[in-house]
Amino acid sequence: MTMRHATPDLSTPVSDEIRQTTCYMCACRCGIDVHLKNGRINYIEGNRAHPINKGVLCAKGSAGIMQQYSPARLKKPLLRTGERGSGEFREIGWDEALARAAGWLDDVRQTDPKKLAFFTGRDQSQSLTSWWAQQFGTPNYAAHGGFCSVNMAAAGIYTIGGAFWEFGAPDWDRTELHIMFGVAEDHDSNPIKIGLGKLKARGVKLIGINPVRTGYNAIADEWLAITPGTDGLLILSLVHVLLKTGKIDLDYLIRYTNAPWLVIDDPAAADHGLFARDGEGRPLVADRRTGIVVATDERSVKVALSGSFRLADGRSARPVFEGLAAKYLTPEYSPEAVADRTCIEPATIRRLAAEIADAAFERELVVHQPWTDMKGERHETMVGRPVTFHAMRGISAHSNGFQTCRALHLLQILIGSIDCPGGFRFKPPYPRPVAGQPRPHGGSQKCTPLMGPHLGYPRGPEDLLLEEDGITPQRIDKAFSWDAPLSAHGLMHMVISNAHARDPYGIEVLFLYMSNMAWNSSMNTSEVMRMLTDKNEDGGYVIPKIIYSDTYSSEMVAFADLILPDTTYLERHDAISLLDRPISDPDAMCDSIRWPVVAPDRDVRGFQSVLLDLGARIGLPGMADPDGRPVYRDYADYIVSHQRKPGIGPLAGWRGADGSKTGRGEPNPEQIRRYIENGGFFELHVPEEARYFKHSNRAWQDWAVAHGLQEGPMENVFQLYLEPMRRFQLAAEGKLTPQPPDSHRNRIRSAFDPLPVWYPPFADTDSAEVDFPLHAITQRPAAMYHSWGSQNLWLRQIHGTAPLFVPGAVCDAHGLSDGDWALLTSSNGQIRVPVARMDALNGSTVWTWNAIGKRKGAWALDPAARETEQGFLINHLIAELLPAKGDGLRWSNSDPVTGQAAWFDLRVSIRRDPDQSLAVSLPRTGSQVSPVGQGPATVTSSGDLTR
Amino acid sequence: MHPAISVIFFTVTSGAGFGAMTVIGLGFPLDGSRLRILILCLAACGLAVAGLIASTFHLGHPERAWRALSQWRSSWLSREGVAAIATLVLFFAYGLIWMTTGTRLAWLGALSATGAVFTVFATSMIYAQLKTVPQWNTGLTPAIYLGFSAATGWLVVAGLGDAEAPAPAGLALVVFAWVLKLAWWRQSARARLSDIGASPETATGLGFRGRVRLLESPHTGDNYLTREMVHRIGRKHAGTLRRLALLLGCVLPLGLLAAIVVLDAPSAFMLGPAGVMMAGLFLERWLFFAEAEHTVSLYYGHR
Amino acid sequence: MTSLPRSTDKRLGLAIDLDTCVGCHACAVSCKEWNSGGSGTPLADVDAYGAAPSGAWLNRVHTFEITPPVGAAEIVHFPKSCLHCDDAPCVTVCPTGASYKRGEDGIVLVDEALCIGCGLCAWACPYGAREMDPVEKVMKKCTLCVDRIYNQTIPEIDRVPACVRACPTGARHFGDFADPDSSVSKLSAARGGLALMPDLGTGPVNRYLPPRDTRRTQTATVDPPPPAETSATGFLGWLDAALERLG
Ligand SMILES: Nc1nc2c(c(=O)[nH]1)N[C@H]1C(S)=C(S)[C@@H](COP(=O)(O)OP(=O)(O)OC[C@H]3O[C@@H](n4cnc5c(=O)[nH]c(N)nc54)[C@H](O)[C@@H]3O)O[C@H]1N2
Ligand SMILES: Nc1nc2c(c(=O)[nH]1)N[C@H]1C(S)=C(S)[C@@H](COP(=O)(O)OP(=O)(O)OC[C@H]3O[C@@H](n4cnc5c(=O)[nH]c(N)nc54)[C@H](O)[C@@H]3O)O[C@H]1N2
Ligand code: SF4
Ligand code: SF4
Ligand code: SF4
Ligand code: SF4
Ligand code: SF4
Ligand SMILES: [Mo]
Repeated sequence: MTMRHATPDLSTPVSDEIRQTTCYMCACRCGIDVHLKNGRINYIEGNRAHPINKGVLCAKGSAGIMQQYSPARLKKPLLRTGERGSGEFREIGWDEALARAAGWLDDVRQTDPKKLAFFTGRDQSQSLTSWWAQQFGTPNYAAHGGFCSVNMAAAGIYTIGGAFWEFGAPDWDRTELHIMFGVAEDHDSNPIKIGLGKLKARGVKLIGINPVRTGYNAIADEWLAITPGTDGLLILSLVHVLLKTGKIDLDYLIRYTNAPWLVIDDPAAADHGLFARDGEGRPLVADRRTGIVVATDERSVKVALSGSFRLADGRSARPVFEGLAAKYLTPEYSPEAVADRTCIEPATIRRLAAEIADAAFERELVVHQPWTDMKGERHETMVGRPVTFHAMRGISAHSNGFQTCRALHLLQILIGSIDCPGGFRFKPPYPRPVAGQPRPHGGSQKCTPLMGPHLGYPRGPEDLLLEEDGITPQRIDKAFSWDAPLSAHGLMHMVISNAHARDPYGIEVLFLYMSNMAWNSSMNTSEVMRMLTDKNEDGGYVIPKIIYSDTYSSEMVAFADLILPDTTYLERHDAISLLDRPISDPDAMCDSIRWPVVAPDRDVRGFQSVLLDLGARIGLPGMADPDGRPVYRDYADYIVSHQRKPGIGPLAGWRGADGSKTGRGEPNPEQIRRYIENGGFFELHVPEEARYFKHSNRAWQDWAVAHGLQEGPMENVFQLYLEPMRRFQLAAEGKLTPQPPDSHRNRIRSAFDPLPVWYPPFADTDSAEVDFPLHAITQRPAAMYHSWGSQNLWLRQIHGTAPLFVPGAVCDAHGLSDGDWALLTSSNGQIRVPVARMDALNGSTVWTWNAIGKRKGAWALDPAARETEQGFLINHLIAELLPAKGDGLRWSNSDPVTGQAAWFDLRVSIRRDPDQSLAVSLPRTGSQVSPVGQGPATVTSSGDLTR
Repeated sequence: MHPAISVIFFTVTSGAGFGAMTVIGLGFPLDGSRLRILILCLAACGLAVAGLIASTFHLGHPERAWRALSQWRSSWLSREGVAAIATLVLFFAYGLIWMTTGTRLAWLGALSATGAVFTVFATSMIYAQLKTVPQWNTGLTPAIYLGFSAATGWLVVAGLGDAEAPAPAGLALVVFAWVLKLAWWRQSARARLSDIGASPETATGLGFRGRVRLLESPHTGDNYLTREMVHRIGRKHAGTLRRLALLLGCVLPLGLLAAIVVLDAPSAFMLGPAGVMMAGLFLERWLFFAEAEHTVSLYYGHR
Repeated sequence: MTSLPRSTDKRLGLAIDLDTCVGCHACAVSCKEWNSGGSGTPLADVDAYGAAPSGAWLNRVHTFEITPPVGAAEIVHFPKSCLHCDDAPCVTVCPTGASYKRGEDGIVLVDEALCIGCGLCAWACPYGAREMDPVEKVMKKCTLCVDRIYNQTIPEIDRVPACVRACPTGARHFGDFADPDSSVSKLSAARGGLALMPDLGTGPVNRYLPPRDTRRTQTATVDPPPPAETSATGFLGWLDAALERLG
């Protein structure tokens, strides 16, 4: 008998309609095609035309549909009725919510604006939020960068005028060798995966330098299990070998870097170690034949890279390069000297250097594309050094991160592989050197906007944000103070503890957006929860008022007083702007939007629109007209009509009345429609001639200026020797004002070396080596985004809990086997965790997936969910302050230069819990009532939670 | 493998039922009182049908069970269904004619006996055919199913029959069935995944690179596959259960039978050993599943 | 009927590159999404927000650690879905004919309307490629996205499996293994594609491209000898010479 089978249905369309917008299951911002069937989301796939993801989609992106229909979505504004942390709220209307918020904010603005601290998480509308805070007049604004990867960003901007993050990318199609330092997922998730796929297809060698071998490192052709915090040593040792073997690109150094610049050699003087300059402030170089000292932009000179030269004032000066070579040629950077600490064989370091040299110089790449440099010289070809590097938090989330990131850029520059064919490439609007970056702005005048943006790049001590005494920080997070002079992204992780300690002062309103500060984004989570709930004698909270905007029922929601429920990323307008974090491709300037592809089914509002509404209510300049009427209908209206400078707005595409202009042009009311028609994004390709050497490419400069990416042409000389650092040293030496307090002088003198250095992470003290022999770090799981993934029923099946991965030898030494419960102890406390054995791991390192543990009652999960019972946060072990050193001070657990949170400096000890009876992690962090109830038991189709 | 109660109950009881049909069909000596014939046939069919009904509890869609009859050409599960029904029909006719006319049609009996034997064989082949479970994938599997079916069937018939003493043949059946089972146990101890050289290395094909160990399973929770096929049971635990199975399924029944012979008790007493043996077989069958290793477990950290 | 076709015109399947797979689970989730929103009954999840969530998935990514006799351990991510076997035991054991292999392209499917949910096919599959839907109570498995690859209503270029289209690293390749000139056949030949547990006689169509040998810690593909250390005249001497060479 033959069987007739129902033939699969191949003719009914997948959906009635496709709407193209931008994913926000993470900060990568891929283009997505959202399929709708009967008004409901039916399927989400990658947008093939999109510059970021070219059609692919990650696990989170595909699970977006389950985020959209997540039971944890907040439904209405909430006003706290119970104690903070309890999760007891009363639903209120928007009028009441906005009236209250406006009242609180206005009081502060009328009296003392700095009493408002407004901090945002991985906010993708920083050009709006920062402008709002600026108009409000509080100095206390920043986004998440300070606890994220500011070391990487700041080191990059100060050194090359660009950075890793997603501000640049390897030339995936041309590189001959790719080396990754400390990357798990990165913000550029899909582009990196696409790129790695290309390397594999071309058979290009991939080297992973990481204590842990997972994900990207799992497919590395070679994996180096480096000891956490020692990358700087390894890199400078590579520099040592390359210098010694003469494998550096001198021509590149002379043309594009400050290697030849003369450094004043006059130990007694107040400008010792600064660049010798002429009357017009132009740095000077020496002609190696004549010894004559001239300005850098003299074309004829044959510059010297070594020797001592007499300046006009009779003093002598030496080229940067000579000092540089002297510094790194010393034996302290020899492979033998660094091998033990880094845990990498001298032979391996030598071979690595050799492979880098081989790819860079023996496999030199020539692109036949004429171009003209900024000195006006015409070049017939573009010569490439096909070696690429990528690095992220693995090297930046340490207290020596800034210098380590600088060291890596130094290495790239020495072999001439920045923005050349086959090298690391800038994405428009980058490069943007410090000269083109703002200085930080502070101040706090009643009802007066700040003079400029909060965040910027200090050129020296004079740019710090200090009170008259030259010591007290102006900002609540102490950014741009002696604690963290170059904290270009602010220090979000210090806000709550400083506000609680009223150091430098107490605040009235804490206004948070999109950051789970009561949980995974804080160091010392239990302590932070205590600070948020701590009260004064008078019974009031130490931090009096907390306003928070979240879309979902997170831990932070329970610790706030007033909740402004946001929409999901599929329900609102957003601008992914070139003024913020670009989505550009090295070959094209791009930006994009989000737009409501589905209407909210709850009483929620897009936060940006709410922010503009609040601004109008309290009459912030630019948001309310003279008669107090709102200037902008909503965020969509702001996106099209707001102008930062005449002709420059959030979106670069289809500007001008008729949409014919790009970058510069008057607002176009039809702009958003044009974006939607184009698939949600705008893309304009960089002319061939402008695609490489952007730091010194005339064609690029002209193009960038024409399209509003920068105001005027600016040459971007790579800063091997970083003068601003020297200026801070001079202050510490007492030769410049303002000067740091005595307590800080030594630390600044040593940490602010103008040439990249390595020093041990602050937690790596001798006693730590004994008491806490292990390093403890975390990694991003590809299929989970911080805390928000756990409400997603597909993603939580993949990562419902996570063990602590422990090296086999350590397991054996402590009698630990898979599934055992261990006690993990740091100088800050102890947690109880399940363990799993792993051998593809540095022998002195333990690690876990980040932010899997959840608090009971959060995220609409069953209080008995694995995430709460077995899941844990390593954050309880990480203090925002280092253990007392006996100097009467508590230093912050961050980089002394930028203040970046040193998450990965954590040192721990481990032992098997003698009591294995309970299968629960510790500490227990209490529980919160769910303002949205609990999710349904059964789910039978995408989005349909009720069937 | 996951020991599902419905399946355990099914294989044991229907085994006994079809065993009884075989014994009767092959002409187990009985006086022809209508009542006794009725009781016997009802008992045999009852056990078989009860088992078959139980087996449908294991289905996701019992209401579609009839569809399982369609693939007899390729599927042992389908063959078992068809054979079971055919056998029931034949045996029913055999019993009816016998009851009404008093004549016991030997050829029809033989025919239904054959059907019954084939049904039990088909049942056993559902497991024996699975290459994925090496411990099952052996000729001994049909042997034990048939052996136990015959033994329990015989005990039931003898218990309900009117013979004075258990025929030595019957005793032999019980002993024989267990001899087979001991042989099965011996071979299954040598047919574990590890014994036949199956390992995470062979399952992934990556053995040439080194020792392969599951670091993270795909999901942090369990799933259908792990629940169904990665059932684990401690060796000690299994040992105890085996001894208990042997005690209930073999030693006790034989002891009781011996007692019955010695005390020359009426045949009805033989329902005792029949019941005890089936109880023992429930344990034996539970272990049959619980101890079986499926190749899928190699992808989930088992070696 | 559920006897297998003697041979199939095409042998469609996947070549999965273990040397490129970073274990990101994108394929697994896009599969879950497509097969919940597309045709056929959706893949259900039970105890969705509870203590032990569990659902039907057609593709799962395992992570293995491999410890070689010498050298550092390595990690291999291992996505697993139906291998669309030539001699699919899951088909022949099926009592209802719900489980079948297509003669035209070799895709192994389940006709859910006929399935009684006996689970025998899942037992017969050595690889764990079949999962019972906890709500529909019918057997689910990878369809090789038959409802995509032939779907006239989606653009030609998108007529590939959802997992293949989603995979960010391009580690998944879809094609016809019956055609020796197809991309997958060539890839598999070039990279020594592995069939899983061939000794079980299932004749898997899918192939796994093993990690390349370059993937051995500390053994680089090419070891150019370290360039000669600079002369005794010291670094500055070398520097002057080098600068002169630059002109
Ligand atoms: N141990 C350890 N801790 C870490 C790190 C680490 O590596 N190790 N990494 C640090 C880093 S780099 C970062 S960036 C932080 C990240 O930590 P967080 O900034 O806390 O990031 P999330 O957990 O994603 O929290 C973001 C919050 O925004 C909410 N949200 C999501 N979408 C929306 C939306 O559309 N609108 C609004 N209003 N809210 C939304 C979420 O519900 C969640 O409550 O964690 C830090 N913490
Ligand atoms: N899927 C997913 N993607 C994300 C996120 C997410 O939560 N999920 N978060 C986003 C955010 S906010 C950020 S900031 C980025 C961060 O992107 P990444 O920087 O890739 O994120 P981490 O997981 O912190 O990666 C740190 C890596 O460095 C390694 N490492 C730790 N210490 C050292 C060291 O001393 N030396 C070296 N060489 N390596 C070290 C760790 O093992 C880990 O692999 O990811 C973004 N992308
Ligand atoms: S990487 Fe994934 S989650 Fe992030 S934007 Fe892209 S698709 Fe969405
Ligand atoms: S999507 Fe691709 S890279 Fe990611 S797990 Fe699947 S096969 Fe591997
Ligand atoms: S992989 Fe399993 S389910 Fe797929 S065809 Fe082969 S045996 Fe059948
Ligand atoms: S579960 Fe369905 S498909 Fe599988 S064997 Fe049974 S009837 Fe056939
Ligand atoms: S081919 Fe389709 S059904 Fe099969 S694993 Fe890929 S996405 Fe899932
Ligand atoms: Mo971050």
